[in-house]
Amino acid sequence: MVLMENVRKVYDSSNTIALDNVSLNINEGEFVFLVGPSGSGKTTLMKLITGELRPTSGTVIINDYDMSTIKRRKLPKMRRTLGVVFQDYRLIENMSVYDNVAFAMRVVGAPNKEIKKRVPYILELVGLDGCEKRMPTELSGGEQQRVAIARALVNSPRMIVADEPTGNLDPARSLELMLLLEKINEMGTTVLVVTHEKELVNAFNKRVITIDSGNMVSDGMEGYYV
Amino acid sequence: MISRWLYLIREGFRSITTHGFMSFASVTIIMACLIIMGIVSLLSVNIDALIKDLEDQNEIVVFVDEDIADENEAMAIQGSIEALENISYADFVSREEAMDNFMSKYDESLMEGIDESVFRHRFVVHLTDIALMSQTQAELEALAGVAKVNAHLEYAKTFVTIRNVVSVISMVLIAMLVFVSIFIMTNTIKLATFGRREEIAIMKMVGATNGFIRMPFVIEGLVLGMLGGGLAFIAVWGLYNVITGKLVGTLTGNFISVVPFSHVGFEIFVVFMAVSVMVGVFGGVNAIRNYLKV
Repeated sequence: MVLMENVRKVYDSSNTIALDNVSLNINEGEFVFLVGPSGSGKTTLMKLITGELRPTSGTVIINDYDMSTIKRRKLPKMRRTLGVVFQDYRLIENMSVYDNVAFAMRVVGAPNKEIKKRVPYILELVGLDGCEKRMPTELSGGEQQRVAIARALVNSPRMIVADEPTGNLDPARSLELMLLLEKINEMGTTVLVVTHEKELVNAFNKRVITIDSGNMVSDGMEGYYV
Repeated sequence: MISRWLYLIREGFRSITTHGFMSFASVTIIMACLIIMGIVSLLSVNIDALIKDLEDQNEIVVFVDEDIADENEAMAIQGSIEALENISYADFVSREEAMDNFMSKYDESLMEGIDESVFRHRFVVHLTDIALMSQTQAELEALAGVAKVNAHLEYAKTFVTIRNVVSVISMVLIAMLVFVSIFIMTNTIKLATFGRREEIAIMKMVGATNGFIRMPFVIEGLVLGMLGGGLAFIAVWGLYNVITGKLVGTLTGNFISVVPFSHVGFEIFVVFMAVSVMVGVFGGVNAIRNYLKV
């Protein structure tokens, strides 16, 4: 699913070492928290997974695609195996909830018939049935993030990667959202949550990978963020 | 597959209506550029036709040797003249006809006591390409039975120079206008892509191919380009007819004949469409290039 071996990432422009000798392995069906303080390299690691960046050295394999050598034209196919959720939701404001989710299917060429069947099912799964016609600005932060999760899920990815998904939510909504991600994981999708919220991480007994200053400092099953 | 294309086309049109003012600006600019291009081209076509007319009137006179008095013997040279590569046609003028022509132009009293024997048989020769006049003159002079060749080389050179200058100016102007149109179209669609950069980023993230992301922008460019091209064609057609109608009716009278729009209309339409499609598609592709690198 995710295999990283001796990964090093140096930004050419500033010569900053963002990741140094990171090795990790995430198997199919796992729920993993990736934690660390700001500037620790979490976002770089996530960008290596989504193919926005390439490693300076080392091996990165995501869902059987070797990200060090992947050709640009193959990136779209690789990205269809991932569902990405961002802190700021990144919904299209002039599209309804339904269209925001359907959009992800349309752009990968899904037929209308399938879209009409799949989108209501996913919206129900994330608890947004009945909200199809509402616009993103009419929703709360938690609801907007649910739309973003629905959009990430709608193409049946093998893995959901969530970058600080609760960053803009209050604790109660954050917990609800994490429970939703746990539910999605229990249905078979691998989930990787990048966060720095200690309490939330420690509330779930999940695998926790900690990185700091570009180095992996711990990796524990049923771990804690200290 | 059909629904996918319908979606892309709908997205292309959606962008046009969403950015209504910018779309209007693009169409207007393309239209303006094509109208100027059309006027320059039509001016060039008319100057070319005018020069061609003048070229046709610029004839070479080939005088037959004095020793050949017999008309039939003189006419036999016509075959050798017309066999030369650059000759369009040659008309034989006998010494009697030459004298009649002279007398019709000048005072008959000048010819008192003189008969047609002072005139030579001659050929009035028209060339295919006036630029080769000097070379053709030499070839005619080398023919047996030819005494002298009168050619207005200086006129020929002037005509050729004018034609070349007009062609070069037209080409440079047209190239500049195409470049300006592409630049403006690119920037217009760039503004549209800037407004949709978040959408494009999401498309990239969920796995849309570059071709799929690019297509609505290409369609947008294509539609705007063709709209500008079509409107420019109608405008040039109308303008040309109004201007030439007034010119022919008043100022120039019989001196200048203008090329009717129907003679060049189809070519102009094809060129306008080709240029506007090129400008639109190139503008669309160029505008979105930076957003597709992620």
